[in-house]
Amino acid sequence: MYSKKVMDHFMNPRNVGEMENPDAIGEVGNPTCGDLMKMYLRIENNIIKDIKFQTFGCGAAIATSSMITELAMGKTLDEALELTRDDVADNLNGLPPVKMHCSNLSADALRAAIEDYKKKHH
Amino acid sequence: MTKDRIYMDHSGTTPIDPLVLEAMMPFLTKNYANPSSIYAEGREVRTAIDGARQQVASALNAKSNNIIFTSGGTESDNLGILGSVFSLKEKNGHIITTTIEHPAVTRTVEFLGDHGYDTTFLPVNKFGQVELDVLADAIRDDTRLISIVYGNNEVGTVQDMKEIIKLAHERDVLVHTDAVQAVAKVPIDVKDIGVDLLSLSGHKIYGPKGIGALYVRDGLKITPLQHGGGHENKLRSGTENVPGVIGLGKAMEMGETGLTTEMPRVKAMRDRLLKGLMEAQEETYLNGHPEKRLPHNAHVRFSYIEGEALLLNLDMLGIAAATGSACSSKSLKASHVLLAIGLTPEQAHGSLRLTLGKNNTDEEIDNVLEAVPAIVKKLRAMSPLGHGGQ
Repeated sequence: MYSKKVMDHFMNPRNVGEMENPDAIGEVGNPTCGDLMKMYLRIENNIIKDIKFQTFGCGAAIATSSMITELAMGKTLDEALELTRDDVADNLNGLPPVKMHCSNLSADALRAAIEDYKKKHH
Repeated sequence: MTKDRIYMDHSGTTPIDPLVLEAMMPFLTKNYANPSSIYAEGREVRTAIDGARQQVASALNAKSNNIIFTSGGTESDNLGILGSVFSLKEKNGHIITTTIEHPAVTRTVEFLGDHGYDTTFLPVNKFGQVELDVLADAIRDDTRLISIVYGNNEVGTVQDMKEIIKLAHERDVLVHTDAVQAVAKVPIDVKDIGVDLLSLSGHKIYGPKGIGALYVRDGLKITPLQHGGGHENKLRSGTENVPGVIGLGKAMEMGETGLTTEMPRVKAMRDRLLKGLMEAQEETYLNGHPEKRLPHNAHVRFSYIEGEALLLNLDMLGIAAATGSACSSKSLKASHVLLAIGLTPEQAHGSLRLTLGKNNTDEEIDNVLEAVPAIVKKLRAMSPLGHGGQ
């Protein structure tokens, strides 16, 4: 049911773990429905220099978290804000329809982290 | 299943035993005659069906005229519940079941609810047991039928059926039990427990898929749901699934023998597996009852991780298992059984069901005991919940 790319990101997630002293944190989801994502950012000159995630959730939740960290790394905050759920799914060669909404929250987590940064540095 | 895979989902289904297949083969090939035909070939098949019916009956301490062959557990549940209720002269009243039934029972009782009957879905305690005083309080003067699962398909809890049935009969209420998971796992003597109706299925006991049976006690009338040529004593029309019937007979006979030969070894493996899982990682909890459980069922939950992720990792290591997590279900809802025993959705997500079978080995238990804790550790390290996170 999952593409090879999803399985690769799920089994070998990129940029996973907690970040010490991050410049921003974004958290979305709800453990009740089975997915909770936490995104950590290190930002210099409005550029995402480092990004890490922690996720409680299914295979799709973990794979989409991993994928967004690859997509966002090195981007400016404005570029990163343009990333959508569809970008994440497309770069994973698609997600099962049932997972498109419930487990494809990583773009939202990234946006929450960037908003957290902007609130602190406006 | 290839040889290098480890299959631990025997409550999902089982492989057909080679001896069962051997018994079926003539009826998939040369003995193709319709058992309703009067010529020699037909009579030969009829005799074989009679033999299989006796095998099923003997395994339950029933008589062969108590056994109706069906297409499986779901049809048996439908026929047992609807057939018995529809045959009563009162065309309304009250039906009791539980919150931990298989959908084949739940949906059937809901169907009665949609057609003028009152329904009660009894809660269970944290072990998944129906409590007798709760049941006693729920029974009304117009209660027609109680349907309670014998051994739960998810958490494996085995009910005190004899006491439940005694209580029901004191109040003149019929009892149906879905014994699909319990047959050939725990001894079942229909005369001893006094049950009115009992459902069973072939493919959970090393028989074929698409065959099951309903036990109906002597003297109890049921209304057929499938109409036609009057097969199965006019209670279930349709030309007999002959290879299935023969396979079910053989599987029931072998299952009865296996209770004393195979099942103690399966239970010993299950006990070692459960102990090992509980000790390997902290915040690991048993789901279901510690003793009153199906002997092949290990059901645990791990805090802070999600079951589908656990299953996918196990699958990559060649291990087939099941979970009660919402994320692996079509409905995206956590298992109703896990919620009924008092787990929060978040707790239910981290559940793992391993159901063993007679082909599993001690070496496979070792492999699973190595694999599961390592995966749990890996997923917990990724999780924002627990030690690393909140």
